[in-house]
Formats: sequence, structure tokens, C-alpha cells
Amino acid sequence: MTIMIVYYAITAFFGAVLFWNFVKSKDVQKAILYLVILMPFVLRVFRLK
Amino acid sequence: MKANREWIIKGIALAVWAGVLVSSGIAFAQHRQYKEAVVLGAGVVDVRTLGDYFEPLKGTTNDCNIYILDSGVPGGTLLIMGAVHAEEPATNLAAQLIVENASATTGRIIVAIHENRSGSTVTRPGDAYPQFFTIETDWGEKKFRMGDRWANPLDSWPDPETYVHYPSGQLLAYMDVRNMNRTWPGRPNGSLAERTSYAFMRLIEEEGVDLTIDLHEAELEYPIIGTIVAHQGALDVAAMVSMMLTAQEFTIGMEISPLALHGLSHREIGDFSDSPCILLEAPEPFLDRVRGVTDEALLLTGQDEFVMKAGEHGLLYWPIDENGWPIDIRVARHVRTIEKITELWTRFHPDEAMVVAGFPTYNEMVELGVGHFFHDPSTVSQDRVAFE
Ligand SMILES: [Zn+2]
Repeated sequence: MTIMIVYYAITAFFGAVLFWNFVKSKDVQKAILYLVILMPFVLRVFRLK
Repeated sequence: MKANREWIIKGIALAVWAGVLVSSGIAFAQHRQYKEAVVLGAGVVDVRTLGDYFEPLKGTTNDCNIYILDSGVPGGTLLIMGAVHAEEPATNLAAQLIVENASATTGRIIVAIHENRSGSTVTRPGDAYPQFFTIETDWGEKKFRMGDRWANPLDSWPDPETYVHYPSGQLLAYMDVRNMNRTWPGRPNGSLAERTSYAFMRLIEEEGVDLTIDLHEAELEYPIIGTIVAHQGALDVAAMVSMMLTAQEFTIGMEISPLALHGLSHREIGDFSDSPCILLEAPEPFLDRVRGVTDEALLLTGQDEFVMKAGEHGLLYWPIDENGWPIDIRVARHVRTIEKITELWTRFHPDEAMVVAGFPTYNEMVELGVGHFFHDPSTVSQDRVAFE
């Protein structure tokens, strides 16, 4: 249970970092790539997949 | 100017991304929350839940319904478990069909339709699995959840590096910590699948179950197919069922549960309780890795030219032709084999007699389709409807 919470926290952290990278990135192609990678993180944090 | 253009593209990408996220999120949530309506047959006297036998499971995803079909006449108790692997839909259907139609005239039948409910709330999008499938009935379409072999990671996460089976210590693949046919006999503080197995062991103990039947389907590339796998406590019954059905009705093999392979129902349930366990395998071409388009049609018809081709090259352990393996035949095999097992069990164990009624015949199920045996939940009183 505790481990599960820690994993959700880690997922949320990486999700936030990825989103921040998307905002900061000057390279549009990279920014879109960040978004694609972000998708599973968001779905997991919202407990959808 | 350049920065502006960058933000326009980013904005469009973000909008598309949000659209995909929302639409897929809704699809995932709808599948996870969809409930299958089950019309309680005349034989059902009580509906409990698994949590009644192991309190910590109460209210969790795996607190599945436990249907009690009691004759009131002393005899044996049979436990039937469906959809331990929720990607094996004939097992869910066979168990539901029994709950809606069967009764016991001596002894008791206990049924769990979704043994590992969590596994039925997730599919494999990466393998193009459909989320739902529908069966034609006399009153319209009945919709079921398609599922996966493993419990949903939303309910059981993260997996260990290596799954160490309890209590044997055997090392298994990491994801099998969520595979309920690798977690028997379970433990009260383990993973969700281990806790669910543990709860079923408590049920078996508390209800004095004499025989357990675990329903499965398998790919034709897998050697354990179209067969009965039996714990040594039920070998006589299983061998006799296999011989009689093969001689008179349809081909079904028989295998002895290996002694050293741990975590499996047909091994551990018999070793850790007074109930031997028999596992039934039906052929499901949908699961074959060489299959073509993975859609609802393949799930229901079991027809696939690529699997057929593999058969022509001798790569399969079970025959297949252009007729495939339709769901009606797969369900009929399970339902008929269960009925035959009760007949032979009663012959070998008269003091633990299990006499059943209301099972449709094999030919009825194949000719009329299994949908014919599902009842319209809107035409019965709501206290006779359960939700899976
Ligand atoms: Zn299976």
C-alpha cells in the first residue's frame, strides 16, 4: 500500500517534469514528443489505465 | 514571430493531446465501471460476496459475487470458478449460464463468475483487444466486458522484480503476481491476486467444498488444450469424464496436475484444502499469437486463417478448420463437462452427491446459441438481478 502511494508520487513527479519540459522546450518536435510520453503518466495518476 | 509560431503549434498539439487523453480516459473508465446484469435462476438461494469469507477484501474490486445454488438436500458441495483469466470469455459465459439456468437437486453448487474481477476491468490495447463483446439473445444484445489474464495494475501496482510464489518459494515471472492461476493458495497480506486466492481458500474451508472446478480457455499453440487437468484427488472422476465424453460426445483429454508446478489451482487447492480441483481448458483461437485481426468477431467465431495456416504446418496442439471454434461450442464444452463431472463425482462419492438440473444440453447450446439461455434482466423483479 505504501509502495503503491510512493509509485503514484513518482509518477506524478515525472509527469510534472515532462510537462515542464514541454512548456520550456524550444524545439517543437521535442515538445510534441514530451506530450506523447506524458500520456501514460497522466492516465495512471488519474487511475484510468 | 518565431516564438509565436512555436506556441501556436504547441497549443494545437496540446489540444489534440487533451482530446486523445479525454476520449481514451472515458473509454477506459466506462469499461472499468460497466456492470454485467445477471438474472438469478430459480436455483439461486443466496448471493454473497467473497469478502464475506475474508473481511479485508470487502468492497475492493475483487469482492466478487458468490452465488449459492442450494438444493436443501444434504450432499456434496461443488465450487465453479469462471473468468480467472478474464480474456477467456467462454468461462465467464459458462458460469453465468449456470447461475441463470441451473439448480442443484442434491447438494450445493457455488459459483463465482468473475474469480479475478480486477482482470476483467482492463484489456490489452497494445494487442488490439476489444473492450466489450456482445451475445445475441432472444430479447436483444447482451454486453460483456472483455478482460485480461492479469489483475488490473490500477488495483495491484507495482509488480516485483521477480515474483516469489508463496509458500513454495518457486520463482515466477514478475507479472504473474497478478495472475490468479499462479497465486494459489495465496496469503492474507500478499498482492491482490494472492489475497483473492486466500479468500477463495477460506470459502472452500468454510463452505466445506468437496470439489472445485476452474474454467479456462487456451490458444491452440499451447499444449494444455481441450483437456481436463486434475489434482490426484480427482483423477478417477476426471479420467472417466474424459473417456466417456470422448467416446460419446466430443474429444476432451486428461492430464495429471504436475506435482512440482506451483501456484496453479489444480495443484494448490487440492494440496491446501479438502477439495481436489479440476481445471477445464477450451480452445480459443483469439489468444493465438499468430492470429490475424484481433476483433470481437474473432473472439466470438474463433475463425482465423492464420491460425488455420499454422495448423497446416503442424504447429498447433488442437485441430482447427474454417469453422473455427465458435463461442457457443466453447461454452457448451464447459457446461456439459461440468455436468458430466457432477454425474461421475456422485457415482464415485455417493456420500458427497451433487445432482444438478437445468443444464441445457450440448446440442441445445450449439444449435440455439448460448444467448438463448440468458434471460432479460428488465422482465424480472430487481431483487433477482445481480451485477458483475
Ligand atoms: Zn486461463
